[in-house]
Amino acid sequence: MSALLSGTSIVRNYGATPALRGVDLTVDEGEIVAVTGPSGCGKSTLLHCLAGILRPDAGTVTYREQNIGLWSEAARSRLRRTEFGVLFQFGQLVPELTAVENVALPLLLAGSGRREARGVAAEWLDRLGVADLAEQRPGTMSGGQQQRCATARALVTQPRVLFADEPTGALDVLTGEQVLGEIVRVAREHGTAVVLVTHASSVAAYADREIVLRDGVLDPTGLGLGVAR
Amino acid sequence: MSTAHVLLGLLAGGPRHGYDLKRAHDERLPRAKPLAFGQVYATLGRLERDGYVTESGQDRDGGPDRTSYELTEDGRQHLDTWLSAVEPPAPYVTSEIFSKVVVALLAADAERARDYLVAQRSAHMSRMRELTTAKSTPGASIGDVLAADYAIGHLEADLNWLQTTLTRVAAFSKEVTN
Ligand SMILES: Nc1ncnc2c1ncn2[C@@H]1O[C@H](COP(=O)(O)OP(=O)(O)OP(=O)(O)O)[C@@H](O)[C@H]1O
Ligand SMILES: [Mg+2]
Repeated sequence: MSALLSGTSIVRNYGATPALRGVDLTVDEGEIVAVTGPSGCGKSTLLHCLAGILRPDAGTVTYREQNIGLWSEAARSRLRRTEFGVLFQFGQLVPELTAVENVALPLLLAGSGRREARGVAAEWLDRLGVADLAEQRPGTMSGGQQQRCATARALVTQPRVLFADEPTGALDVLTGEQVLGEIVRVAREHGTAVVLVTHASSVAAYADREIVLRDGVLDPTGLGLGVAR
Repeated sequence: MSTAHVLLGLLAGGPRHGYDLKRAHDERLPRAKPLAFGQVYATLGRLERDGYVTESGQDRDGGPDRTSYELTEDGRQHLDTWLSAVEPPAPYVTSEIFSKVVVALLAADAERARDYLVAQRSAHMSRMRELTTAKSTPGASIGDVLAADYAIGHLEADLNWLQTTLTRVAAFSKEVTN
């Protein structure tokens, strides 16, 4: 079986700053992969490259055997709306929209009718335990409540891959555990693959597998490239 | 860990016999080392000698020892004192992991310490994954969840230390070799 998503020799610089210096990885259908490593090692950059948000300077990102780097911005943006879900640490809900409108948005963009989109969105809010917040705007919700809504929005299109960057980094332990538990449960139910960026080993423990980045390259041992051999 | 105090705690709910105590212990502390029967009876013997428990009856149906025990007033006091006493927060740094890294650096070199740290990290991560799965399983008991939380918290502390130590050892060995 070939991988669902793979990156080959991904290089990405920000001006003179190298963020990724040749990273290879594969993600199989339904697999939950944690990406860990110290601050600034390139985790978020890697996630953005894999999700087609950033274009690598060199190397390829392959989704279902297609090199998405060759696609137009419009095609990649369609891919992100339909097959991918993205979840960040905070601040991704549209402040002017209510929770249910926020969650319905990806469905509307994908062409669903208004009534249907709201119905499905309401179901997802319920699944994440925030059905009662449907008519509230993000400004009146706690961080944990916003993150549950954002999770519902990231999953509402039933993506094949969920990209999550420190999704519970701003939450207390118990709330973080509930949100993560939901992400994992839904991913397992729907066969969604998850790329989970995190600092915390307790979060990485939810994944099937862990990839450690260090200074823009993979550390195959998970630790300590720094010791001279 | 004080098995005696756990047994006193179990007896606070009413008289029980030895077999029952063993079962209740293993059920309430699901990730503790299971109690051996010998240990239960030895502990009960000591508690009786100290006046904290007393025999409260015999089951008639013969067979194995069915003596049941109950808490005395002294036992209740003793349990209460234990419950209120704050444990000294980690007075000594005692850990096989810590000792091993120090000894590896003393007896061998940074590379030896690194190899050990890498292997230990991987073992810690798989244990953490197991515990995370166990506590996320629907129907996990409160005992299971609390025990897993406790173990995960400690593994995480170890993992943080392993990670930091690796970085420190690397920096230190660079300094030495330069
Ligand atoms: N927009 C940007 N402009 C310039 N440099 C950037 C930009 N984004 C990231 N970098 C640099 O690229 C490197 C990798 O950053 P990245 O955000 O991918 O790290 P990270 O592993 O996600 O860190 P953290 O754990 O702190 O979120 C860092 O050196 C960072 O300073
Ligand atoms: Mg980041």
